[in-house]
Amino acid sequence: MQELVKRAKELLADGTVTRVLGWKKGDLAYNPEPAFFENEEALSEFVYDSFCGANLSKYMIEASKKEGKTLVFLKPCDTYSFNQLLKEHRVLREKAYIVGVGCAGKISAEKMKEAGISGILEVEGADALNPSETLKVKTLYGDKEVSYKDVMLERCHVCKGKDHMIYDEIIGESRDTLDGDRMEKVREIEAMSPEEKFAFFQSELSRCIRCNACRNVCPACSCRKCVFDSTKFDSAQKANVDSFEEKMFHVIRAFHVAGRCTDCGECSRVCPQNIPLHLFNRKLISDMNEFYGEYQAGADAETKGPLTAFTQDDIEPSEARERG
Amino acid sequence: MQRIGVFVCHCGSNIAATVDVKRVVETVKKEQGVVHAEDYPYMCSEAGQALIAAAIKEKNLGGIVVCSCSPRMHEATFRKAAERAGLNPYMVEIANIREHCSWIHKDMEEATEKAVILARAAIAKVHLNSHLQPGESLVTKRALVIGGGIAGIQTALDIAEAGYEVDIVEKTPSIGGRMSQLDKTFPTLDCSACILTPKMVDAAAHEKINLYTYSEVESVSGFVGNFSVDIRKKARFVDMNKCTGCGLCQEKCPSKKAKSEFNRGLNTRSAIYTPFAQAIPNVPVIDTESCVKMKTGKCGLCEKVCQAGAIDYSQKDEIITEKYGAIVVATGFDTINLDQYGEYAYNESPDVITSLELERVMNAAGPTKGHLERLSDGKAPKEIVFIQCVGSRCDDHRGKPYCSKICCMYTAKHAMLIRDKYPDVNVTVFYIDVRTPGKNFDEFYRRAVEEYGVNYIKGQVGKVVPQPDGSLLVQGSDLLDGKQIKMRADMVVLATAIEPEAGVRKIATMLTASIDTNNFLTEAHPKLRPVESPTAGVFLSGVCQGPKDIPETVSQAGAAAVKVIGLLAKDKLLTNPCTAESDTLLCNGCSVCQNVCPYGAIGYEDKEVNDHGIRETRRVAVVNSALCQGCGACTVACPSGAMDLKGFSNRQILAEVDAICR
Repeated sequence: MQELVKRAKELLADGTVTRVLGWKKGDLAYNPEPAFFENEEALSEFVYDSFCGANLSKYMIEASKKEGKTLVFLKPCDTYSFNQLLKEHRVLREKAYIVGVGCAGKISAEKMKEAGISGILEVEGADALNPSETLKVKTLYGDKEVSYKDVMLERCHVCKGKDHMIYDEIIGESRDTLDGDRMEKVREIEAMSPEEKFAFFQSELSRCIRCNACRNVCPACSCRKCVFDSTKFDSAQKANVDSFEEKMFHVIRAFHVAGRCTDCGECSRVCPQNIPLHLFNRKLISDMNEFYGEYQAGADAETKGPLTAFTQDDIEPSEARERG
Repeated sequence: MQRIGVFVCHCGSNIAATVDVKRVVETVKKEQGVVHAEDYPYMCSEAGQALIAAAIKEKNLGGIVVCSCSPRMHEATFRKAAERAGLNPYMVEIANIREHCSWIHKDMEEATEKAVILARAAIAKVHLNSHLQPGESLVTKRALVIGGGIAGIQTALDIAEAGYEVDIVEKTPSIGGRMSQLDKTFPTLDCSACILTPKMVDAAAHEKINLYTYSEVESVSGFVGNFSVDIRKKARFVDMNKCTGCGLCQEKCPSKKAKSEFNRGLNTRSAIYTPFAQAIPNVPVIDTESCVKMKTGKCGLCEKVCQAGAIDYSQKDEIITEKYGAIVVATGFDTINLDQYGEYAYNESPDVITSLELERVMNAAGPTKGHLERLSDGKAPKEIVFIQCVGSRCDDHRGKPYCSKICCMYTAKHAMLIRDKYPDVNVTVFYIDVRTPGKNFDEFYRRAVEEYGVNYIKGQVGKVVPQPDGSLLVQGSDLLDGKQIKMRADMVVLATAIEPEAGVRKIATMLTASIDTNNFLTEAHPKLRPVESPTAGVFLSGVCQGPKDIPETVSQAGAAAVKVIGLLAKDKLLTNPCTAESDTLLCNGCSVCQNVCPYGAIGYEDKEVNDHGIRETRRVAVVNSALCQGCGACTVACPSGAMDLKGFSNRQILAEVDAICR
């Protein structure tokens, strides 16, 4: 972490960048938050530990409108989002100085809670670049130990890889954390009957409190004005009068980000109700891969997405319908 | 809130027999804003239109809904009627209660309920319609014909005769197409070349016709009256202006192993070649895959012998861009691949050939100089079997479900010609049905049977087995006698199904012209608009639209030409005002709309915006309404809903859905 701070100070000092976009300490041991650091002194608050799951790409939309360059720290998976935003002209490459940071997989307090640990006061061994196999956790209820892997975010178990897709320089090594199958749950849901599917999503989505955290954190949900906040489309009004309002919101959102979602997993990470929202996106990714060939949004900033590129090999609608 | 009138058509009994029109009228009267509703047997008739006009004036209607047939049929009729009565024509909506309702339902109760729902959706939409004004666009007075076979040649000649410039793009080195490969033509037995070559010469010599041979259409943009087409002129490696067509290069070329495309691969040709003697232009091309110079750098014999200095190994493909007002597709056909039909031993025995190959065998310029002989050993056949419907009228995945239409007649022709020239040869034809609708067609077939003694057997051949002695064992059934037949043959000729030329799908995509499951281009209307594609400004000529023989092709080619002439005779076209527009306050500038726009109508500008007090310069989408065709692809792709289509706004469509789901 000190290496990142040191480099940030250098870049501020030599005028390469005018501000730094990173994470700062939160009020608790496990909730660092995205922050802009305007000068060297402010960097004393800077933190980069295993809880820094937040993807900073989306903040570059606002940073691109500011004077001067912004130093942004991006983990390998965050760089996909940055590329996608670049492709959509939402961020400006020349306004960003990208330091790719190593990642050893991110953990969360929610996962710790699932592992039976709450009242967290302090966590030892959660160094972002070189974490311990076992975390030592001081809690209100005494000292506990837990395996790092067991409290890692689901998205890290299906990690897209250790490579940064776009960067100016890289600090720190990344670790291989892939040990799961990204589409396993999707296939499980696909195998359900329509009734079972509906029941599954109803039970998950009915917990939604429409806090909009998923939308606000999503790098693909970058519209100046969301259709759900506008009076022009009646979408919000329609959703409001539906007895199962949440399904409309989440299904419409999934379709709006289809072909653009990099599967960064931020939606599920920030959901206060622990709804596995990423499953919608993965289902669409899985279908698009099958229909139009393998495609990873954000792998570069040029390739047209499957839904915005027409090719001779595109599946015929009738065939797509047959396959369901 | 508009004052709306609803007009329900009976369409004789087309609608009224299945939909209770009176009940539709009574029910829609209760809809919000409906101040007038009535029914009439034929709303599209003069009297029907007069009813609409009278109601618009008397009831001061602000919008009307006509419940009738498809808008493709009569939307324009009713819009004009409304306009004459002083109403903006875009305040007319059609509820399609015929194709979408009465024709596909049997139960009157259900059909009536659906008709009411469709009317309700149209009423909900017309409430949100706005007064649109069409623009104007100029017409480029030049036509493009894709394909230089008899269809393309005839279309081009007819257009050129009317005084308009025409370009023909032909992918092979010469115009002439399939017809140039035929020996004789039914039902008159005149020589194909004798009637085709004069037309080829006429086309080449016509001052209004410009030939792009050995060229392909690379991309198409624009719209009716204003197409812009990129044409790839493939490198010939021979200078068209210098070449005298003496043919010495072909004679001296040491590489003579390439299969002759013109002779269907039955013999070989040189690496530098013209496909056939009467080729137009009579300028050879170098096939880079066979040319020794191209492959190894050594040789250059053609360059040395060419006294005109026409050989140029450094030639490159050239892309030229031309503007056209209309485009005619005349891409023709090929025979299907027979790999799936192992039972006929086509790939095993050189003595099993397709009918098109037989044309070459029987032609004086063909691989056997016109002598009927077995391709395996050059011996004269004594027993020839023709098998009909190979891949045609086929209900499995191997073949085509349609009748190829020309096979019955050309087989009768082949049988008759063989019996005439070689009376000692026995000819047997296995057929499912003999189909001879056409002027002098059945007489022709009967002559084959009655005068020439061709043996027709109703039944299919199950297997052709090459024998050790070089003959072929044909196993079939005679359905009339109920017998299995085993017979020896020296030659088997397969009446192979025809299918649209392989490249047509790509061309249809470029033109956004629709295509059916068999790759035939679709007509705007199967009966009333058979030579027009549903895409405005795109016309169809020849077999690309469906199987047809030469006289039919020539008639259709002329019809397509008339449609083109009708279009090019206009100076200006009214443009559709239903175009997309972008809301600069909502636009993210993400380029998704630009990526999906098939017409290249969307660009981006940095615009100063005032978004509720926030002044900033934003990258926003701008629609060129002259190019926009109102397809709506951008409106569904736009994630923020900034793109909307005039006349089909998101709000209007949702209002329709709401009305249907109410």
